[in-house]
Amino acid sequence: MASIRIGSIVKYSLLIIISLFFLTPIYVIIVTSLKPLSEVSIDQMWALPTILDFNSYKMAFDSLAPNLLNSFYLVIPATLLSALLGAMNGYVLSKWKFRGSDVLFTFILFGMFIPYQSILIPLIQFLRTIELYNTIPGLILVHVVYGLPITTLMFRNFYASIPDELIESAQIDGANFLGVFRHIIIPLSITGFVVVAIWQFTNIWNEFLFAVTITTGSKQPVMVALQNLSGSQIVQWNVQMAGALLAALPTLLVYIFLGKYFVRGLLAGSVKG
Amino acid sequence: MKKFFGLFVLLALALVVSACSSDSTSDSPDKSKDKGGGSAEGPVEIFSWWTGAGEEDGLLALIDLFNKLHPEIKVENAAVAGGAGTNAKAVLATRMQGNDPPSTFQVHGGEELNKSWVAADKMAPLNDLYEANGWLDKFPEALIELVSNGDNIYSVPVNVHRGNVMFYNKAVFDEHGIEVPTTLDEFFEVADKLQAAGVVPLALGDKESWEATMIFENVLAAELGRDGYLQLFAGEIDFTDERVVAAAEKFGKILDYVNEDHASRNWQDSAQLVAEGKAAMINMGDWAKGYFVNDLKLVTNQDFGYFAFPDTVGDFAVITDTFGLPKGIENVESTKQFLTVLGSVEGQDAFNPLKGSIPARIDADPSKYDDYGKDTIEDFKTAQLYPSLAHGSAASEGFVTKANQAVNIFVTQRDVKNFVEALQNAAPDM
Amino acid sequence: MEKDMQLKRKKKVSKDQLTAIAFLLPSIIFIMVFVYGFISWTGYISLSNYNTIVPDFSFAGLKNYLYLFNDFRFRADLRNTLFFTIFFIGAVILLGLALSILLDQKLKGESVFRNIFLFPMALSFIVTGVVWQWLLHPSTGFNKFLDVFGIQPKWYTDTTILAGFKWGSIEFGLPVAIIAVVIAAVWQMTGFSLAMYLAGLRGIGDELREAARMDGATEFQVYMKIILPMLMPITMSVVIIMAHISLKIFDLIYAMTGSGANFVTDVPGLYMFETTFRGNYYANGAAIAIIMLLLVAVFIVPYLWSSRKGER
Repeated sequence: MASIRIGSIVKYSLLIIISLFFLTPIYVIIVTSLKPLSEVSIDQMWALPTILDFNSYKMAFDSLAPNLLNSFYLVIPATLLSALLGAMNGYVLSKWKFRGSDVLFTFILFGMFIPYQSILIPLIQFLRTIELYNTIPGLILVHVVYGLPITTLMFRNFYASIPDELIESAQIDGANFLGVFRHIIIPLSITGFVVVAIWQFTNIWNEFLFAVTITTGSKQPVMVALQNLSGSQIVQWNVQMAGALLAALPTLLVYIFLGKYFVRGLLAGSVKG
Repeated sequence: MKKFFGLFVLLALALVVSACSSDSTSDSPDKSKDKGGGSAEGPVEIFSWWTGAGEEDGLLALIDLFNKLHPEIKVENAAVAGGAGTNAKAVLATRMQGNDPPSTFQVHGGEELNKSWVAADKMAPLNDLYEANGWLDKFPEALIELVSNGDNIYSVPVNVHRGNVMFYNKAVFDEHGIEVPTTLDEFFEVADKLQAAGVVPLALGDKESWEATMIFENVLAAELGRDGYLQLFAGEIDFTDERVVAAAEKFGKILDYVNEDHASRNWQDSAQLVAEGKAAMINMGDWAKGYFVNDLKLVTNQDFGYFAFPDTVGDFAVITDTFGLPKGIENVESTKQFLTVLGSVEGQDAFNPLKGSIPARIDADPSKYDDYGKDTIEDFKTAQLYPSLAHGSAASEGFVTKANQAVNIFVTQRDVKNFVEALQNAAPDM
Repeated sequence: MEKDMQLKRKKKVSKDQLTAIAFLLPSIIFIMVFVYGFISWTGYISLSNYNTIVPDFSFAGLKNYLYLFNDFRFRADLRNTLFFTIFFIGAVILLGLALSILLDQKLKGESVFRNIFLFPMALSFIVTGVVWQWLLHPSTGFNKFLDVFGIQPKWYTDTTILAGFKWGSIEFGLPVAIIAVVIAAVWQMTGFSLAMYLAGLRGIGDELREAARMDGATEFQVYMKIILPMLMPITMSVVIIMAHISLKIFDLIYAMTGSGANFVTDVPGLYMFETTFRGNYYANGAAIAIIMLLLVAVFIVPYLWSSRKGER
């Protein structure tokens, strides 16, 4: 009995120490965001503010608010579409393998690794020709396409854990390709969708390079607006930090409320690689 | 259920389809716009990287003024944030190469303009605009030269920042009984004294390496003189020349006096060292004054003072933001109207007090500026100008990138021979 | 069994196979254009003389590649990427695994801890970069507390290269500064591997552990002999996802340290961005991208090969 108690004390103290390490950056962000600019400096980063100054939150909110909506218009369709396409690919590539399907998978997966800076110029020119430059749909398209490799990878791994027997028996019952997808696969992949959706939601929400180069002015999502808070030469760190917290709020909420499902979804999908 | 599913697939394909169809249909209204002219033309799109506190206010004040003078012309502020203009330049490059230039865009005067957009034949000359407005004697000759290629003038400067300024903490100077150094030798004496007293003589934050390059360019000007500096960047003097070597050695010696954690700071973090009295001086463009006064709430000539970089007293390292007229835009006349306001006394006096820079014109109203501004306006009238290397005016951006890399390596390795050779190897790109 | 299934499938092969292809088609088209089309463009540029703002598509051969391999900065980038990738992936896996085993002990408050470890993933790399720049600042960050122990690491400003040997103009070895960047990246991404491993651990039934314990295995042996091998596929997925983050890493380093003194924290992504968009060396930038892609192939091909073998 005693040994168990000592064991859990050790475990708890380990967890608490690591948690503290994980939380220090948040302490710095919050403390900085509450200081007036004249108190913000690298040498006083640990110090509490002498007066609480919520001004930076107001300033940040005022300039970020219009762009928050853009982000939602961007992230929600982009997440749904890339998850759907990923599920479709994952289904075919794991359950309907054909000659060369693994090669095709490699072919798709490779897209995950291209450094996006290198395709920026042809990308912008392409979007310009199809008239989607500086539009939210254009940005959605880009995120859907470059999200495909990872969503395909995730769903393929996820579906690999669904036993083939299940599909076979459905086929014996006369279900065809679409029938199996609709009646067997989709109902079983709700948790998979949650994982992919969380991943894509945070990635697209936080993405900066495409957002800043493909959209301008009023079309820009919130992460660009956050950067806009800082100038070409002077950065007001208190407003930056307040803005960073505001801009991260949706993704934080997603993690807090869906964190449980995140693990559960991975659980359903990851037992078999 | 089946319908529902079909909808999903449709949704996925909708993007492709809409992309393709809009390609064919929306072309036509665009073209009619071309021919329409007059009232049908698009807004004047002003492309810049001014999104920060003071600079954005300045730009908006300028646009406000323009709206009052020309209510019939619409203006669109297309600022691209981040990376001290790098993101903006990426967007600009792709737009220019896709033959879709903004109506006018921010570009540093000098080679950043000449070696790129003018060389690529993307800019229209503005000589007629200068003549019509009588600007030829309103801007300093050397500044007009900076935005010209041959006989053609290609852009209108809106502001001027000075790069060879030393800001110093007055209390620290007083405490140690230090006089403002005017030569590099005096500087080294002062620095020794400060170091012995336990104060960091010079604050540096070269996280982005251009901060160190600024010191180097000022040492170059000090060592070669203003004319030698110009010859160097015209390719008439080699970087392996003994004067450049001497400058590199002095640059290395200066680096012995900087704060140890310089690589972890950007210029703002290093300016804080001066503000807090941990360091005595900092060489920075005069946007640092705006940071001291507006953000750190220090008082000019009371908390901090300023002097010209040693041995460059009569010289002025000029960093100027300018706006030009790209070829192939629809609304040439409206854009020229905007450039006219931008180059006018009223325009410059609306923009610069907020941005914290001084007007590029020599006849602006000094009473609108603070003490530092008044001083600098006065200096600007008489000083010899030399273009900044770190900010893209003295050489092409390709050379600047390579020079920054060479400086970065030099700051750590202090290998003068390697340094000047690296610069000489990059010289063909100048 | 395998044959059996194929027989059954053959009956419907035509129609189902067609639908299957229709399922893949949009993605294939997208990937063709956006990935391979654009990569080909990049490859083409990397062989041209397009090193000024004025496009010059004349053929330059391997000039740009040769330039890079002799370039101090690019060699430093290759060195940094190698060590960053090894340490980053290693630490994310070890820490994630350790935390997931701790959290899997049916402790109270597990969800609170789990959320604490997951939340950094919700932040953008830019914010992470700035905060860690401060935290690991040699004169004001964690060092203020480490003062008590009398140690003052120089973190990302350290220009030491450990166990170095000369490789042309650069010193090849472990750049100490890169460890600071690894810490920040690990802080942000550990949540992912933690969640993956936690899921994996929960998927392994208690019966299996019990059976092993009955056979006299110690707790340690249970983990080493039973659980870790079963988590292998998860480890592979984590490696792939972390590798793609690590090889492309840009925002974090851009915000946190920049290139670093003597390029000790520089990475190819940063070099490419600067040389392309600041220096207008388009062909050099394109060559960097192509080399990065080739490096990626080194990682990904063995993975796919092994995962195929595993399925057979």
